[in-house]
Amino acid sequence: MTRKINVNVNHVTRVEGHGNIVVNVSNGKIEKCEWQVPEAPRFFEAMVRGRHYSEVARITSRICGICSVGHTLASVKATEDALGIPVTRQTIQLRRLLKHAENFDSHIVHVLFLVAPDLLGAKSVFPLLPTHPEVIKAALRLKRFGHEWGSLLAGRTTHPTRVVPGGFAELPTETELATLQERLINEVAPDINLVLEVVSSLAPLFPAFDRPTEYMALHDTAEYGLYDGCIQTVMPDGTKEQWKVDEYRKVTNEYVNSQSTAKWTRNKLDSYAAGALARFNNNFQQLHAEAKAVAKALGMTPLVANPYLNSAAQVVETVHSMHTSLQLIDELLSTGLRQEQPGLPAQHGAGSSAVEVPRGILFHHYSYDQDYMCLQGDCVIPTNQNHANIQLDFEKLVLELVAADKSEAEMELALEMLVRAYDPCISCSTHYLNVKFVR
Amino acid sequence: MSKPKVKVAFFDFASCEGCQIELTNLGDTVFLGLLEHIEIVEFREVMKETTSQRIDIAFIEGSFTREADRPRLESIRARANVVVAYGSCAATGGINALKNHQTDYREFVYGKDAEMPHLDSFQAQPISAAIQVDLAIPGCPIDQAEFARIVSDVLHGKAPTVPNYPVCVECKLRETVCRYQSGDHCLGLVARAGCGAPCPADGVPCEACRGMVDSPNQPALLQVLMEKGGLSQLRAETKSRLWTARFRNEE
Repeated sequence: MTRKINVNVNHVTRVEGHGNIVVNVSNGKIEKCEWQVPEAPRFFEAMVRGRHYSEVARITSRICGICSVGHTLASVKATEDALGIPVTRQTIQLRRLLKHAENFDSHIVHVLFLVAPDLLGAKSVFPLLPTHPEVIKAALRLKRFGHEWGSLLAGRTTHPTRVVPGGFAELPTETELATLQERLINEVAPDINLVLEVVSSLAPLFPAFDRPTEYMALHDTAEYGLYDGCIQTVMPDGTKEQWKVDEYRKVTNEYVNSQSTAKWTRNKLDSYAAGALARFNNNFQQLHAEAKAVAKALGMTPLVANPYLNSAAQVVETVHSMHTSLQLIDELLSTGLRQEQPGLPAQHGAGSSAVEVPRGILFHHYSYDQDYMCLQGDCVIPTNQNHANIQLDFEKLVLELVAADKSEAEMELALEMLVRAYDPCISCSTHYLNVKFVR
Repeated sequence: MSKPKVKVAFFDFASCEGCQIELTNLGDTVFLGLLEHIEIVEFREVMKETTSQRIDIAFIEGSFTREADRPRLESIRARANVVVAYGSCAATGGINALKNHQTDYREFVYGKDAEMPHLDSFQAQPISAAIQVDLAIPGCPIDQAEFARIVSDVLHGKAPTVPNYPVCVECKLRETVCRYQSGDHCLGLVARAGCGAPCPADGVPCEACRGMVDSPNQPALLQVLMEKGGLSQLRAETKSRLWTARFRNEE
């Protein structure tokens, strides 16, 4: 092995935000292997200072256009915690239904538009239009449906209008909920079945690569944790440990890494993973039976240590969200929707929250003064938490690829696919430092 | 013989990329319909392909917030016949400009590391602060229908327009009860319309995410926010910083 390998991908494509891959190998020796993030910083935590509590979620939802529902939910939950704002069971159930909509919507985009082209040997979804028209049309229909599903509850999915601290400013009608349920059964289920066929046929093409790590996710005793719960991690040996949400700083431990100067996180090991696979590994038993069946068909039982299978875990979750939502709508319709005024502040102080957004566990924390004006904000986003894990995956993967004598092009594709598998959302740049690389 | 398709490319700077997501929300009918007339030749978020050919329309999302981004913007300008700044970040500076009145934002977010040179980020500005922009479509996020209409106008050689009347007009058209009637406040009286006024209809105030109309009466806005909206003087004065920081005459 005397050859030189230089992989230098500037602004990885088909991911949200800007990231670079730099790998230099000489005579079989790795000289450089880095996952870099040059996204422009936007200073959201500074921007919320001095804003009224009713405006804070409207600001922090703008951290990310793809998970803006999740940022909104995390934001209103943290504000409710800080200000003692009560929410009703109805609000919680509607928010759970909204959370399912967001994960469904985002997973469809990621798996079908961003990941599938790699497995089919295409550069993007566009060359697949003539070859796989039915699947692409189904994917666009499902994407549109996810958007309509979320919009029914949130007003719109990109920067929600209706979700406010204390509840909802506007509710869907019972007829709209019933129609949503019918469409899930009559329109979505057949399209999802088509997608499952395609994914099953492509599953053997996911690269074989294992690197067990610590997996962090919300754990909820009531259900597969997405909207609420405590923080839980599962170690490679299956050991689980739990923390309260307001202890989030203890498990995220943000630090500046001297190699990349980007803020990373770690808990028990040098890195941990967040996202669909982390949720799957933590909470598999609580998945809907239909979702478990899909996991079984894809050959997945926890603990799954192949990060490429995060995309497969997203497919499993899509099925879980579809079926769980049917039950949620049943419950909402059986009790009937009541018009409720959003709850109001009863105290002031600090509060925290955690929500599972498509890419993993998201933390928001705010403090407020006696006029309910925001004093300080802190957001720890999932992509941030996956950064160190991607780097460590890179280091193991490159060694394996070099040992297998892979070409530069093969190595570049494998690394890009790995980054995409994590579904990074780099614009959630709250904590990212803007790195200028001198090469 | 069919006409050659218009070559369209998408680029992004400091933003949440939510306006791109709104494009995917157009659905199969509109999206595939658009693809009969346009060819997407570059769009990093969804495709690996790039082009060395001339671009007919370049859509740019995100604000201009650092000198390092200027060369990339200039190269897009040089390659494109028409440059459209879409979404409020690109059109007006958007929510990113909310930090513009602060001086300590770097220290606040990055603490002891704030002085590192790569953290240099100046006031958030619209794309037009760096390069010539032919058309700006505001909105946080963009309105899907307005976007489709403007693309159609450009394709047909018609000069697209963005309204210069306030959001109040659109609330009246869709018969939304005024937020002030519900004991709330609202910026709709000076906010630029074109979105269809979805926020007041959903029970929340308009935050003027599309910026203000030309020559807004800001003293009157302050008075209405305090007298009819019940806001304190401090809240009334800082209210419109959210999306219109760059239009405020006090800063």
